[in-house]
Amino acid sequence: MIELKNLTKTFRVPAGELVALRDINLTVNDGEIFGIIGLSGAGKSTLVRCINLLERPDCGEVLIDGKNLLTMKEKELLETRRSIGMIFQGFCLLEQRTVIGNICFPLEIAGVKKQEAKARAEELLSLVGLTEKAKAYPSQLSGGQKQRVAIARALATRPKYLLCDEATSALDPTTTNSILALLQEINRTLGVTIVVITHEMDVIDRICHRVAVIDKSEIQEIGEVSDVFTSPKSEIAKELILPSVKAVGQIKGGKKLRLVFDGESAFLPVVSDLVLDCRVPVNILAAETKEIDGKAFGQILLGLPDDDRMCARAEAWLQTNRITYFEEA
Amino acid sequence: MMISEITKQLWDNGILQLGVWETIYMTLLSTLFAYIIGLPLGVLLHVTSPGGIKPVKWLNAILGFIVNIFRSIPFIILMVAMLPVAKFTVGTSMGNKAMIVMLVIAAAPYVARMVESSLKEVPEGTVEAAQAMGTPTFTLITKVLIPESKPSLITGAVISMVTILGYSAMAGTIGGTGLGQIAVSWGYQRSHSDVIWICVLLTIVIVQIIQEIGTRIARATDKRIKQ
Repeated sequence: MIELKNLTKTFRVPAGELVALRDINLTVNDGEIFGIIGLSGAGKSTLVRCINLLERPDCGEVLIDGKNLLTMKEKELLETRRSIGMIFQGFCLLEQRTVIGNICFPLEIAGVKKQEAKARAEELLSLVGLTEKAKAYPSQLSGGQKQRVAIARALATRPKYLLCDEATSALDPTTTNSILALLQEINRTLGVTIVVITHEMDVIDRICHRVAVIDKSEIQEIGEVSDVFTSPKSEIAKELILPSVKAVGQIKGGKKLRLVFDGESAFLPVVSDLVLDCRVPVNILAAETKEIDGKAFGQILLGLPDDDRMCARAEAWLQTNRITYFEEA
Repeated sequence: MMISEITKQLWDNGILQLGVWETIYMTLLSTLFAYIIGLPLGVLLHVTSPGGIKPVKWLNAILGFIVNIFRSIPFIILMVAMLPVAKFTVGTSMGNKAMIVMLVIAAAPYVARMVESSLKEVPEGTVEAAQAMGTPTFTLITKVLIPESKPSLITGAVISMVTILGYSAMAGTIGGTGLGQIAVSWGYQRSHSDVIWICVLLTIVIVQIIQEIGTRIARATDKRIKQ
């Protein structure tokens, strides 16, 4: 279990002081994929780097399995770090070592025998599907392949935790999906607890169980992905989840209704039924539906005509069909 | 330009050949010793720098200050000033032994800055990734910083070596031997310009060879270049 308690981190910059993290409290449970989302500059990278003390917080506690990293001696800290793998946006491989040499590196550090290290590295290469690239150098690999090597390297010492700092942000959508699928597989089969830092809601939707939304150096919202997705409470979460809907908020006209699908009814042809049953012409201003944990979630923003009677009819229909909706300002 | 009798004699008596050999020998030995001192110094400068892997402000400031002092004194003055040091370390202030001491004193700070700049080329992220794996500081230097900057270190060594070769020619004016000394005492002082030009030519050839070999080694060891 990773526990962060009252973490605060301030950077000295020429213009004075920059608060990167303010009173952060969160717990990552064993076995889950925990997402941390925020816009760039929100402090999320600093936050993940505080977990293995690449960045030392000014105050607070970083507890890994109950042990406080901040009070550890150097040697103990180095050993604890071996139980926390990490991957980066820029892959950060050793350019002068082969793929297999890169994966062996953490094992060399941990003092594993050469033969043993090589066997383990080969095992990991097959896990990430790059067996034939063992002798290649990083410069000969594509971005996705480099990240696979980085994942194999991070897992070499059988860590309990894996930190991913914008691990897919430098990759194209297809490669991103394959890397996310690999992370999910690692979580499911090896039971590795994963912390994912990203600015893309898509990454969170796809693999995370719980999510923390961070903005202005503070955690704005934290909860199950499905809950945060269907009813975002903070402004920043709304912005991240439905960026397009915010934009159309300006359109003039009649009432706007936000229909929320909670995993039960998304695939019913709600809109067409509404139109046919009530004979109300509606305008779909924005829609976003997703599959999370095998259930359908989503929101549709409908623009109704500027006619009170038609609006009342549509709302009544929605109520009788037990469809959750909110009126948008 | 005519090749004068004296040039022929210098060649026939093997003085020019010896000069070439002495220049190469002094350069190689001085480079070696300059790296024995300069490499750890450069590593220390990099590691203790603000934002380095183990920042030590006062140590970095002191080392940087010393290196800068030696780097700012013109070599010919430094050489004369350091004659007592040569006398103290190798027992004489004359001859090639003493010159090598002087060359090392002059070149080590230069090498240190060369090494420092090569290490700076290793991306911060690569070092951080290794730190995240729990790599101790010393291992970080020997297994990450130095191997990752190897091609750049080799290129730097070639540049240092050529600079040291240039210094070694100057050492010819205060009692060293080699091509510099031949050019000064046979060419300049006895007004045989052709001897000077022959020495220049031979120096150019040596520099070209060093450069060529160095570049090839650097390229062959760099795994970032796609094969």
